[in-house]
Amino acid sequence: MKDIDKIFERNVPGTREILSKKTVAIAGCGGLGSNAAVALARAGIGKIVIVDPDVVELSNLNRQYYFLDDVGKKKTDALTSHLLNINPGLNVESHFIELTKENICQLFKEADLLIEAFDKAESKAWLIEAWCTHFPDKPIICGSGLSGYGNTTTLTVQRSGNIVMCGDFETDMSMGLTSSRVAIVANMQANEAIEILVNAGVKECI
Amino acid sequence: MIIINNRDKLEWQKDMTVKDLLDKMGYKFSLITVTVNGILVPKEDYEDRPIPDNANVGVFHLAHGG
Repeated sequence: MKDIDKIFERNVPGTREILSKKTVAIAGCGGLGSNAAVALARAGIGKIVIVDPDVVELSNLNRQYYFLDDVGKKKTDALTSHLLNINPGLNVESHFIELTKENICQLFKEADLLIEAFDKAESKAWLIEAWCTHFPDKPIICGSGLSGYGNTTTLTVQRSGNIVMCGDFETDMSMGLTSSRVAIVANMQANEAIEILVNAGVKECI
Repeated sequence: MIIINNRDKLEWQKDMTVKDLLDKMGYKFSLITVTVNGILVPKEDYEDRPIPDNANVGVFHLAHGG
Protein backbone atom coordinates (compact mmCIF):
# COMPACT_ATOMS: atom_id res chain seq x y z
CA MET A 1 0.00 0.00 0.00
CA LYS A 2 1.32 3.39 -0.97
CA ASP A 3 1.39 5.98 1.82
CA ILE A 4 -1.23 8.07 0.03
CA ASP A 5 -3.66 5.13 0.02
CA LYS A 6 -3.63 5.17 3.82
CA ILE A 7 -5.87 8.25 3.58
CA PHE A 8 -8.70 5.92 2.65
CA GLU A 9 -7.93 2.84 4.76
CA ARG A 10 -10.90 3.56 7.08
CA ASN A 11 -13.34 4.13 4.20
CA VAL A 12 -16.05 1.55 3.55
CA PRO A 13 -14.32 -1.42 1.87
CA GLY A 14 -14.84 -1.47 -1.89
CA THR A 15 -16.12 2.09 -2.23
CA ARG A 16 -12.80 3.83 -2.92
CA GLU A 17 -12.11 1.52 -5.88
CA ILE A 18 -15.39 2.52 -7.51
CA LEU A 19 -15.32 6.21 -6.60
CA SER A 20 -11.75 6.71 -7.80
CA LYS A 21 -12.99 6.08 -11.35
CA LYS A 22 -15.84 8.62 -11.09
CA THR A 23 -16.18 12.31 -11.91
CA VAL A 24 -18.48 14.67 -10.03
CA ALA A 25 -19.32 18.17 -11.29
CA ILE A 26 -20.14 20.86 -8.74
CA ALA A 27 -21.95 24.05 -9.82
CA GLY A 28 -20.94 26.72 -7.32
CA CYS A 29 -18.24 26.75 -4.64
CA GLY A 30 -20.13 28.40 -1.79
CA GLY A 31 -21.57 26.80 1.33
CA LEU A 32 -22.98 23.76 -0.44
CA GLY A 33 -20.32 23.30 -3.11
CA SER A 34 -17.20 23.74 -1.00
CA ASN A 35 -18.38 21.46 1.80
CA ALA A 36 -19.70 18.80 -0.60
CA ALA A 37 -16.40 18.84 -2.51
CA VAL A 38 -14.41 18.25 0.67
CA ALA A 39 -16.64 15.31 1.63
CA LEU A 40 -16.22 13.77 -1.83
CA ALA A 41 -12.44 14.24 -1.72
CA ARG A 42 -12.29 12.39 1.62
CA ALA A 43 -14.49 9.63 0.18
CA GLY A 44 -11.91 9.04 -2.54
CA ILE A 45 -13.63 10.41 -5.63
CA GLY A 46 -11.36 10.41 -8.67
CA LYS A 47 -12.16 13.76 -10.30
CA ILE A 48 -14.07 16.88 -9.32
CA VAL A 49 -15.03 19.64 -11.78
CA ILE A 50 -15.75 22.93 -9.99
CA VAL A 51 -17.19 26.13 -11.48
CA ASP A 52 -17.57 29.48 -9.70
CA PRO A 53 -17.02 33.14 -10.74
CA ASP A 54 -16.51 34.59 -7.23
CA VAL A 55 -13.62 35.36 -4.90
CA VAL A 56 -13.58 34.48 -1.21
CA GLU A 57 -15.00 37.21 1.06
CA LEU A 58 -14.91 37.51 4.84
CA SER A 59 -18.68 36.97 4.97
CA ASN A 60 -18.18 33.52 3.42
CA LEU A 61 -16.16 32.18 6.35
CA ASN A 62 -19.21 31.55 8.56
CA ARG A 63 -20.19 28.52 6.48
CA GLN A 64 -17.96 27.92 3.47
CA TYR A 65 -14.83 25.76 3.47
CA TYR A 66 -12.35 28.63 3.36
CA PHE A 67 -9.96 30.29 5.77
CA LEU A 68 -8.78 33.82 6.56
CA ASP A 69 -5.80 33.62 4.22
CA ASP A 70 -8.15 32.61 1.36
CA VAL A 71 -9.92 35.99 1.43
CA GLY A 72 -9.45 37.71 -1.94
CA LYS A 73 -8.52 34.50 -3.75
CA LYS A 74 -10.65 32.91 -6.45
CA LYS A 75 -12.91 30.35 -4.76
CA THR A 76 -11.95 27.81 -7.41
CA ASP A 77 -8.24 28.27 -6.61
CA ALA A 78 -8.68 28.21 -2.83
CA LEU A 79 -10.92 25.14 -2.95
CA THR A 80 -8.58 23.33 -5.35
CA SER A 81 -5.75 23.92 -2.88
CA HIS A 82 -7.76 22.54 0.05
CA LEU A 83 -8.93 19.50 -1.90
CA LEU A 84 -5.39 18.63 -3.00
CA ASN A 85 -4.24 19.14 0.57
CA ILE A 86 -6.61 16.31 1.53
CA ASN A 87 -5.78 14.03 -1.41
CA PRO A 88 -2.88 15.03 -3.70
CA GLY A 89 -3.97 12.30 -6.09
CA LEU A 90 -7.35 13.92 -6.72
CA ASN A 91 -7.91 15.34 -10.20
CA VAL A 92 -9.47 18.79 -9.82
CA GLU A 93 -10.63 20.69 -12.90
CA SER A 94 -11.52 24.26 -11.94
CA HIS A 95 -13.23 26.98 -13.97
CA PHE A 96 -13.28 30.57 -12.70
CA ILE A 97 -16.28 31.54 -14.81
CA GLU A 98 -20.03 31.84 -14.53
CA LEU A 99 -21.88 28.69 -15.47
CA THR A 100 -24.45 29.36 -18.19
CA LYS A 101 -26.94 27.46 -20.32
CA GLU A 102 -24.44 27.87 -23.14
CA ASN A 103 -21.32 26.43 -21.48
CA ILE A 104 -22.81 23.76 -19.21
CA CYS A 105 -22.57 21.03 -21.87
CA GLN A 106 -18.90 21.63 -22.56
CA LEU A 107 -17.86 22.03 -18.91
CA PHE A 108 -19.73 19.05 -17.49
CA LYS A 109 -19.79 16.55 -20.36
CA GLU A 110 -17.43 14.14 -18.57
CA ALA A 111 -19.25 14.20 -15.24
CA ASP A 112 -21.11 11.16 -13.94
CA LEU A 113 -23.43 13.41 -11.94
CA LEU A 114 -23.91 17.04 -10.90
CA ILE A 115 -24.18 18.61 -7.48
CA GLU A 116 -26.22 21.82 -7.72
CA ALA A 117 -24.74 24.30 -5.27
CA PHE A 118 -26.08 27.69 -6.34
CA ASP A 119 -27.54 30.14 -3.84
CA LYS A 120 -30.32 31.80 -5.86
CA ALA A 121 -33.49 29.78 -6.44
CA GLU A 122 -33.81 31.17 -9.97
CA SER A 123 -30.37 29.78 -10.76
CA LYS A 124 -31.26 26.40 -9.29
CA ALA A 125 -34.36 26.32 -11.53
CA TRP A 126 -32.57 26.93 -14.83
CA LEU A 127 -29.71 24.63 -13.89
CA ILE A 128 -32.05 21.71 -13.17
CA GLU A 129 -33.85 22.27 -16.49
CA ALA A 130 -30.61 22.62 -18.45
CA TRP A 131 -29.03 19.54 -16.88
CA CYS A 132 -32.12 17.38 -17.44
CA THR A 133 -32.30 18.58 -21.05
CA HIS A 134 -28.66 17.93 -21.90
CA PHE A 135 -27.97 14.93 -19.64
CA PRO A 136 -31.33 13.22 -19.00
CA ASP A 137 -29.66 9.96 -17.98
CA LYS A 138 -27.32 11.50 -15.42
CA PRO A 139 -28.37 12.36 -11.85
CA ILE A 140 -28.49 15.90 -10.46
CA ILE A 141 -28.41 16.40 -6.70
CA CYS A 142 -29.86 19.71 -5.52
CA GLY A 143 -30.00 21.64 -2.26
CA SER A 144 -33.15 23.55 -1.32
CA GLY A 145 -33.85 24.95 2.14
CA LEU A 146 -30.84 25.04 4.47
CA SER A 147 -31.22 28.35 6.29
CA GLY A 148 -31.77 29.17 9.95
CA TYR A 149 -30.49 26.92 12.73
CA GLY A 150 -31.59 23.70 14.41
CA ASN A 151 -34.66 21.92 13.01
CA THR A 152 -32.48 19.02 11.98
CA THR A 153 -35.41 16.65 11.54
CA THR A 154 -36.97 18.82 8.82
CA LEU A 155 -34.01 18.12 6.51
CA THR A 156 -34.90 15.32 4.12
CA VAL A 157 -34.05 13.75 0.77
CA GLN A 158 -36.64 13.48 -2.01
CA ARG A 159 -35.89 11.55 -5.17
CA SER A 160 -37.71 11.57 -8.48
CA GLY A 161 -36.14 9.92 -11.49
CA ASN A 162 -32.62 11.28 -11.79
CA ILE A 163 -33.40 14.34 -9.66
CA VAL A 164 -32.44 14.22 -5.98
CA MET A 165 -33.43 17.09 -3.68
CA CYS A 166 -31.89 17.67 -0.24
CA GLY A 167 -33.05 20.18 2.36
CA ASP A 168 -36.22 21.39 4.07
CA PHE A 169 -37.65 23.04 0.90
CA GLU A 170 -38.83 26.07 2.89
CA THR A 171 -36.24 28.08 4.76
CA ASP A 172 -34.88 31.10 2.88
CA MET A 173 -31.41 32.58 3.19
CA SER A 174 -32.95 35.92 4.19
CA MET A 175 -33.39 34.43 7.69
CA GLY A 176 -29.63 33.89 7.96
CA LEU A 177 -27.34 30.92 7.45
CA THR A 178 -25.69 28.70 10.07
CA SER A 179 -22.57 26.69 9.30
CA SER A 180 -23.89 23.45 10.78
CA ARG A 181 -27.16 23.43 8.84
CA VAL A 182 -25.53 24.38 5.52
CA ALA A 183 -22.89 21.69 6.02
CA ILE A 184 -25.53 19.07 6.84
CA VAL A 185 -27.28 19.67 3.50
CA ALA A 186 -23.96 19.81 1.62
CA ASN A 187 -22.99 16.49 3.17
CA MET A 188 -26.43 15.04 2.40
CA GLN A 189 -25.74 15.92 -1.23
CA ALA A 190 -22.29 14.33 -1.10
CA ASN A 191 -23.71 11.29 0.65
CA GLU A 192 -26.35 10.86 -2.05
CA ALA A 193 -23.66 11.24 -4.72
CA ILE A 194 -21.52 8.54 -3.11
CA GLU A 195 -24.46 6.16 -2.81
CA ILE A 196 -25.55 6.74 -6.43
CA LEU A 197 -22.03 6.24 -7.77
CA VAL A 198 -21.29 3.15 -5.69
CA ASN A 199 -24.68 1.55 -6.37
CA ALA A 200 -24.78 2.74 -10.03
CA GLY A 201 -28.12 4.52 -9.86
CA VAL A 202 -30.65 6.59 -7.90
CA LYS A 203 -32.85 4.73 -5.45
CA GLU A 204 -36.44 4.40 -6.57
CA CYS A 205 -38.57 6.89 -4.69
CA ILE A 206 -41.11 8.98 -6.62
CA MET B 1 -55.43 8.61 -8.45
CA ILE B 2 -52.31 10.78 -8.54
CA ILE B 3 -49.66 10.63 -5.81
CA ILE B 4 -47.77 13.85 -5.04
CA ASN B 5 -44.43 13.84 -3.22
CA ASN B 6 -45.13 10.31 -1.99
CA ARG B 7 -47.61 11.84 0.43
CA ASP B 8 -50.60 13.69 -0.98
CA LYS B 9 -53.31 12.13 -3.16
CA LEU B 10 -55.43 13.77 -5.84
CA GLU B 11 -58.27 12.27 -7.85
CA TRP B 12 -57.23 12.03 -11.51
CA GLN B 13 -59.38 13.79 -14.11
CA LYS B 14 -59.31 13.49 -17.88
CA ASP B 15 -57.15 16.13 -19.61
CA MET B 16 -55.67 17.27 -16.31
CA THR B 17 -52.47 19.28 -16.87
CA VAL B 18 -49.56 20.08 -14.58
CA LYS B 19 -50.97 23.60 -14.13
CA ASP B 20 -54.37 22.16 -13.13
CA LEU B 21 -52.67 20.02 -10.50
CA LEU B 22 -50.63 22.91 -9.11
CA ASP B 23 -53.78 25.07 -8.90
CA LYS B 24 -55.84 22.32 -7.23
CA MET B 25 -53.11 21.60 -4.68
CA GLY B 26 -52.66 25.29 -3.95
CA TYR B 27 -48.97 25.44 -4.80
CA LYS B 28 -48.17 29.13 -4.93
CA PHE B 29 -44.42 28.98 -4.88
CA SER B 30 -43.09 30.87 -7.85
CA LEU B 31 -39.97 28.73 -7.96
CA ILE B 32 -40.67 25.04 -8.13
CA THR B 33 -39.39 21.97 -9.92
CA VAL B 34 -42.02 19.51 -11.13
CA THR B 35 -41.53 15.91 -12.20
CA VAL B 36 -44.10 13.48 -13.59
CA ASN B 37 -43.15 9.82 -13.25
CA GLY B 38 -39.55 10.84 -12.68
CA ILE B 39 -39.26 13.12 -15.73
CA LEU B 40 -38.76 16.87 -15.31
CA VAL B 41 -41.50 19.07 -16.74
CA PRO B 42 -40.12 22.38 -18.07
CA LYS B 43 -41.98 25.44 -16.79
CA GLU B 44 -43.24 26.44 -20.23
CA ASP B 45 -44.98 23.05 -20.51
CA TYR B 46 -47.05 23.30 -17.29
CA GLU B 47 -50.20 24.44 -19.12
CA ASP B 48 -50.04 21.79 -21.82
CA ARG B 49 -48.47 18.72 -20.21
CA PRO B 50 -51.17 16.16 -19.38
CA ILE B 51 -50.81 14.01 -16.28
CA PRO B 52 -51.61 10.32 -16.77
CA ASP B 53 -53.71 8.45 -14.23
CA ASN B 54 -51.72 6.79 -11.46
CA ALA B 55 -48.87 9.22 -12.00
CA ASN B 56 -46.27 9.89 -9.37
CA VAL B 57 -45.73 13.64 -9.29
CA GLY B 58 -42.94 15.50 -7.53
CA VAL B 59 -43.35 19.19 -6.67
CA PHE B 60 -40.26 20.63 -5.04
CA HIS B 61 -39.98 24.20 -3.79
CA LEU B 62 -36.65 25.82 -4.64
CA ALA B 63 -35.56 27.99 -1.71
CA HIS B 64 -32.78 30.56 -1.84
CA GLY B 65 -29.53 29.56 -0.13
CA GLY B 66 -26.44 27.65 -0.99
